[in-house]
Amino acid sequence: MVASKTSSAVEASLTALAVSLRGVTKVYDNGVMALGPFDLAVRKGEFISLLGPSGCGKSTVLRLIAELSAPSSGTVRVARHEGDVLPGHGIGFVFQEPTLMPWTNVRENVRLPLKLAGVPKAEGRARADAALASVGLADFADAYPRELSGGMKMRVSLARALVTDPDILLMDEPFAALDEITRFRLNNDLLALWRSLRKTVIFVTHSVFESVYLSQRVVVMTARPGRIQADIRIETVEPRGEEFRTSAAYSDYCRRVSAALAPSYSGQSTL
Amino acid sequence: MSAQAPVPASSPHAQRAMRFVPPVIVFAAGLLAWELVVRIKEIPPYVLPAPSIIVLTLIKDWAVLSQSLATTLLTTLEGFVAASIGGIALALLFNQSKWVEYSLFPYAVVLQVTPVIAIAPLLLIYLEQQTAVVVCAFIVAFFPVLSNTTLGLNSVDRNLAGLFQLYGASPPQTLRFLKLPAALPYILGGLRIAGGLSLIGAVVAEIAAGTAGAGSGLAYRIAESGYRLNIPRMFAALLLLSLAGIVIYGVLAVVSHLVLRRWHESALGKEN
Repeated sequence: MVASKTSSAVEASLTALAVSLRGVTKVYDNGVMALGPFDLAVRKGEFISLLGPSGCGKSTVLRLIAELSAPSSGTVRVARHEGDVLPGHGIGFVFQEPTLMPWTNVRENVRLPLKLAGVPKAEGRARADAALASVGLADFADAYPRELSGGMKMRVSLARALVTDPDILLMDEPFAALDEITRFRLNNDLLALWRSLRKTVIFVTHSVFESVYLSQRVVVMTARPGRIQADIRIETVEPRGEEFRTSAAYSDYCRRVSAALAPSYSGQSTL
Repeated sequence: MSAQAPVPASSPHAQRAMRFVPPVIVFAAGLLAWELVVRIKEIPPYVLPAPSIIVLTLIKDWAVLSQSLATTLLTTLEGFVAASIGGIALALLFNQSKWVEYSLFPYAVVLQVTPVIAIAPLLLIYLEQQTAVVVCAFIVAFFPVLSNTTLGLNSVDRNLAGLFQLYGASPPQTLRFLKLPAALPYILGGLRIAGGLSLIGAVVAEIAAGTAGAGSGLAYRIAESGYRLNIPRMFAALLLLSLAGIVIYGVLAVVSHLVLRRWHESALGKEN
């Protein structure tokens, strides 16, 4: 909806936005101002991280984009697929918790978005199995969530977000509860998936290191009400691998992002 | 201690035996003591019948008692089914509309806290006897189903609810694929309580009705045998009631376990 029809194809491909937020604020029912005013533009295919202290409204931004919540003021625009996309299918959402239905198996959990949209059972199962294969869990389709480790549950959650083939993937601190080794593995797998699928990813995290390692852009937010403190582009040799984690450029970026984050925890949240 | 003594690991089999052997021993010892006391003291059967007399009476009077057992079980079943359907349906209604919940919930509580033994004589005036007995069983049993189902429907994971919202689930889809499965362990817990309670409700109503001079259930047999000083038959009928209660509980526990065994904590082994 964002790209106007008069702009040329080349221009559109350069500037096409997946998500744009303009002057967005969010005030909770109890009167607390959680966010804003907040502006954010995310290009199609971009991987950005939202980084900020607890309660700065990072998750609220995702909820606004997913239309799980309405802004108090300002506009939220999300580019839609051409043609008929089923409700919610332009966006995949990965929560902080795996958020799986314990009463059914992994395949049915992944198939849920398709089932709700009325996709025939056989087709839904085939697509669920394909999504599971893409996150490396092809052999676990018949397992129940409780039989899986924390990292595997998170992969199932990721497969469910991918099963609708969304343009935009919203991830709300998905790996925060995992141990560091599992997190590193999932980081690498997520990067590989992003390279092959070229989704737009908006990744909320508490971790400076994770944000620098994963994203093309790190958006640092202030303490509540969340605003943009810094917008740092991470440029390095692609594709990234484990060697990036130990490079000088990586630690340099981490230092810059940490410096941008410092005011929010030293009590000077305003610019 | 140079030799390695093999430590007998308590196998699951042995552990299961541990659960069953001691109560059976206690039961057998109790029966034996009872039998001996009655025989040694020569207590007449109309004061306290020995277990052997009770069993003989059960066999001798089986024609009458089995008929009564069937009557009571049918009443219990009807009350249980009505309580299950009514309790779950009302909870679903409450879940759809807060107004309905606020309007009706106090009366559900009133119905629950008023002793059914006090309501039964009134019901017997206004309703046909068999209906009144079933209604009593229903009144006693439906509240745990209602309150447990309500609790279950309100215990849906918030993130899962958000997920259903994100994917545009309709209210019927949310109910069928999210709320009911999430509430299932609670519903089954409610049904387990309701099974035993509907038997109690049926018995209470039968006793109330029995004093009015009609009926043929087990509780009526107990009251009737009491008047006739047929104490062995009282015990035999009581034994049957007790067994019926155990079987009802056992059946519902097994059903609950089978339904939940793949996923719910309550049905998983301790080693997991």
